[in-house]
Amino acid sequence: MMNYEPGAPDTPPPPPPTSAIAARGLTVVRGTRTVLRALDFTVPSGSITGLLGPSGCGKTTLMRAVVGTQAKVTGVLDVLGHPAGDPALRPRIGYVTQAPSVYTDLTVRQNLDYFAAVLHPGRAHRAARREAVARAIDDVDLTTRADALAGALSGGQRSRVSLAVALLGTPDLLVLDEPTVGLDPVLRRDLWNLFHRLADRGTALLVSSHVMDEAERCHRLLLMRDGRILAEDTPDALRHRTGTATVEEAFLHLVDADRADADRTGDHATDEHPADETAAPLTTEEAPR
Amino acid sequence: MTATAGRVLRQLTHDPRTIALLVIVPVLLITLLRYVFDGAPGTFDATGASLLGIFPLITMFLVTSIATLRERTTGTLERLLSLPLGKGGLIGGYALAFGAVAVVQSALATAVSVWLLGLDVVGSPWLLLLVALLDALLGTALGLFVSAFAASEFQAVQFMPAVIFPQLLLCGLFTPREAMHPVLEAISNVLPMSYAVDGMNQVLQHPDITGDFVRDIAVVAGSALLVLCLGAITLRRRTP
Repeated sequence: MMNYEPGAPDTPPPPPPTSAIAARGLTVVRGTRTVLRALDFTVPSGSITGLLGPSGCGKTTLMRAVVGTQAKVTGVLDVLGHPAGDPALRPRIGYVTQAPSVYTDLTVRQNLDYFAAVLHPGRAHRAARREAVARAIDDVDLTTRADALAGALSGGQRSRVSLAVALLGTPDLLVLDEPTVGLDPVLRRDLWNLFHRLADRGTALLVSSHVMDEAERCHRLLLMRDGRILAEDTPDALRHRTGTATVEEAFLHLVDADRADADRTGDHATDEHPADETAAPLTTEEAPR
Repeated sequence: MTATAGRVLRQLTHDPRTIALLVIVPVLLITLLRYVFDGAPGTFDATGASLLGIFPLITMFLVTSIATLRERTTGTLERLLSLPLGKGGLIGGYALAFGAVAVVQSALATAVSVWLLGLDVVGSPWLLLLVALLDALLGTALGLFVSAFAASEFQAVQFMPAVIFPQLLLCGLFTPREAMHPVLEAISNVLPMSYAVDGMNQVLQHPDITGDFVRDIAVVAGSALLVLCLGAITLRRRTP
């Protein structure tokens, strides 16, 4: 990790303490490919920040950089007041990967018991651990399946086990990579309600999705494309700024404007966006807020 | 460390077939061997004792390499390394859990060999068990280490012939190491399995603990520890 000291002469002053994540010039190289190109963004505490963009645009890499599992990260990336990957952050961040990372040959409760023991080892914390496990199982609505093998659960249930593991330590920052893929509308709504409750408690959430309708449920959005951030704003402001009705249309608008910028080799692309009619929302679900 | 060991054992309890294979197969093979050498009990003594040391090494190598490979591919390893868990704790937990399995496995195989099959051991059967346990730890260590270089279960299984078979051929099981080509004998001198087998034979032939026996178990334990440390290096918190 190449985090420069915030006091260095040519870096801007450190971000206000309310931001859970602050990135300046965040760049990640994987192999020979530059996956993230000099990103600047912040993620505030106590709110949900949606990370949106097409698959392959670098969302997961960005999240791995924040969590501290990504190699070859350069630039400044401060997480909860520490450089990303600092050992002090490990108990304070909950990370849910896209593929559920739980042991399929253990029951839901055994999975949580183990990860709870890793977080708070020792006999002294036994009662607290049991309580945390029960609460996490309840939070993701799996109480009735608590003693089923994780491998016997459906895909959506298994990803909720993975989410429950991340909730165990009541983390200050939750990084969730596509947490609602494969879930039915009712469950999706319930989970988003849970995310909002967590944010109200002061947790910062960074939630990625490639389903644009989920954007409406976020407080703030980071729109990504090709390893760059196209926009960073509230959903309302984005729609307002682009004069569109949905975040999806706003995204398409921004992509077109960006393309026009890129191949401004004399020919001026029009500012209106041709995708208007095809920009029907992928799903038409009501936001729960 | 105990949390990880408990978790690994709990995973095994959900997989009774694996437990049965781990515990019963060595017993069956050693019984088979006894009747293969039906007319030559002396050969059974030498080979059987060696095999009691080799079984735990091979099975723990296989089980550990697959188990850790699964941790890597399912993302649980990445999750664990993003939690406040030391690498030593994780590796120690695996060593502890599979060490415990090896104790059960070896105890059963040794008991059957000595009491039912008439394996003639001059020394204490407890020492046989000690060597078997150290062999199991060496197998666990090797399995953990090579799993870092395997991208799939197919590759992991192929590491068995690559890592274990040469040691098996050179360890003195088939022919005394002194009778091999000098180059091979020199190579066998630096392979840990040679010492595992020699340790078993020391117990087989001597009523007391010999200097060679102490050297043998020191080499096996030292190699296990060294490879475990190498295994720890292969666990990276940051991956590309």
